[in-house]
Amino acid sequence: MTRHSPSPTVSGTPDSRRRHRAMSYNWLGGGLSWVWLFIVMLPIYWIVITSFKTQDNYFFTNPLVPSSDLTFENYKTVIENDFVRYFFNSVVVTLGAVLPAVLISFMAAYAIVRGSASRLLRGMNWIFLMGLAIPLQAVIIPVYLIIIRLKMYDTLAAIILPSIAFAIPLSVLVLSNFIRDVPKELFESMRMDGASEWGTMWRLAFPLTRPALVTVLIYNALGIWNGFLLPLVLTQSPEQRTIPLALTAFQGQFGVNIPAIAASVTLTTLPIVLLYAIGRRQLLSGLTAGFGK
Amino acid sequence: MTTIAPPVVRTKEPTRSSGGRSGSVVWMALPAFLWFIAFGIVPLLGVLWLSFTTWNGIGEIVPSGLDSWKATLQDPKLPHAIWVTFVIMALSWAVQTPMSILIGVFIAARKRYREFLAVLFFIPLLLSSAAIAITYKSLLDPSFGLGSGLGIEALNQDWLGNSTLAMATLIFIVSWQFIPFHSLIYQGAVRQIPTSMYEAAQIDGAGRWKQFWSITLPQLKYTIITSSTLMVVGSLTFFDLIYVLTAGGPGDATRALALLMYQQGFQANLMGPASAIAVILVLVGLGLSLLLRRLGGRSDDSQLEGA
Repeated sequence: MTRHSPSPTVSGTPDSRRRHRAMSYNWLGGGLSWVWLFIVMLPIYWIVITSFKTQDNYFFTNPLVPSSDLTFENYKTVIENDFVRYFFNSVVVTLGAVLPAVLISFMAAYAIVRGSASRLLRGMNWIFLMGLAIPLQAVIIPVYLIIIRLKMYDTLAAIILPSIAFAIPLSVLVLSNFIRDVPKELFESMRMDGASEWGTMWRLAFPLTRPALVTVLIYNALGIWNGFLLPLVLTQSPEQRTIPLALTAFQGQFGVNIPAIAASVTLTTLPIVLLYAIGRRQLLSGLTAGFGK
Repeated sequence: MTTIAPPVVRTKEPTRSSGGRSGSVVWMALPAFLWFIAFGIVPLLGVLWLSFTTWNGIGEIVPSGLDSWKATLQDPKLPHAIWVTFVIMALSWAVQTPMSILIGVFIAARKRYREFLAVLFFIPLLLSSAAIAITYKSLLDPSFGLGSGLGIEALNQDWLGNSTLAMATLIFIVSWQFIPFHSLIYQGAVRQIPTSMYEAAQIDGAGRWKQFWSITLPQLKYTIITSSTLMVVGSLTFFDLIYVLTAGGPGDATRALALLMYQQGFQANLMGPASAIAVILVLVGLGLSLLLRRLGGRSDDSQLEGA
């Protein structure tokens, strides 16, 4: 993990700029990128403008032109159908899983880097790496069995417990790669000052790892917020629905009321888009650093 | 992940702090480790055990030898689901890879508006598969969707009601969802290619196309393998999207392995055969990642770190 890529807005070294000026325009890549941008944005645009149309309006106006008289009726419908409860459930599940997951992953990552001479820790690290290859789908039946045996079926905790576990491998990988980049001398000087490993972890590694922590936090939160299989299998009553499940329920309930469905999709996506707007730079640079090469 | 300290320090260095004191940090790894064992490794072993039992999801779990495996392997639904999974995997890879590389190279240039493109490209990754499936289901609805609204005949197909069209639509939506992500991976990788390589090529008079083939593409080799591994192994686990979009239909046209497993287990209450399918899923995934890793010709450690 090289923290090579500078923040996305830096416009490059003079060298690279000169290179691009000398070259002809990349028509193929450019054309493709713009066409794909159009394709990416079209459904999003459509769903947003549709959510502000009345049902009658929807059938009689051009689907790609926003309605002249905006209505919030659809949003009212969605909120009246227990949206707030589902939203709250998703918040509880996401925070309840992500915070402990990142905390224990950070501790494990610190231990793995600091104790890299220990055979035991190397073994644990190996298991975490192998864990990256275990798809949640493949183990969902035993997870279901464990949850029943714990008498937690149909609770939010049932979703939280396995969500934590499946956030651990990637979090440990990313965080340990970051901690490994902390200069050894800093650890040494902490030790000279008589700091314990516990103290060193919180006072030295934690602040230095903050960008990676934010990346991992947002990345996992996104995955858990959007998670579908665990809530589907581990809960059944409407009171325990999280947002993705609620969406499918809305779809069944609203039937051909497409504007109401559009409003439910828009409303459930809004919080993540806001989160993205806040943490975008961290997430992007973290991901490119993590997957780049 | 290129330049860092070697992943594992094998030499004994008794004077270093980590040597004598590692005992004091081991416990810090325990919470994560035990949690992952409980909900990751135990279920992995559990699914193998369950594949040799009969269980309806509620009652007693009865060991039944090879019954579940026999039932699964003789079921004609299995080869069909494997075929569907393979088609989804191959086609979505073939569509996504060239497009992601071309877009990635384009947005790698450090220009403001291309950075902006990268920002917008991230949006599909924020949406849940459920939201995406529902959006497309409404958008493509033959009576209420975009096609009928615009009155364009060619757009007004029964996109999800015809076997071939449904598969094509699925591939398209998968590409819609993931091309931006892979483009961003390639963007990051292209930016790591040393500028000096291009300068040398330019002095030699190589044009953009020549440079792409002789510098960019070879330099992206490991990224292509990483990205392909993510695509291929990821496509094994497409569940949410298919479940909401087509529920495997029309008929069984889009019933991939993960969906078949869910239906066997949680709808037909045949947990034994469903576990057998899950084991197959794990084995196929593992086999494919090993195969792709071999193609990459890298050692275990570094490839895993790259994944």
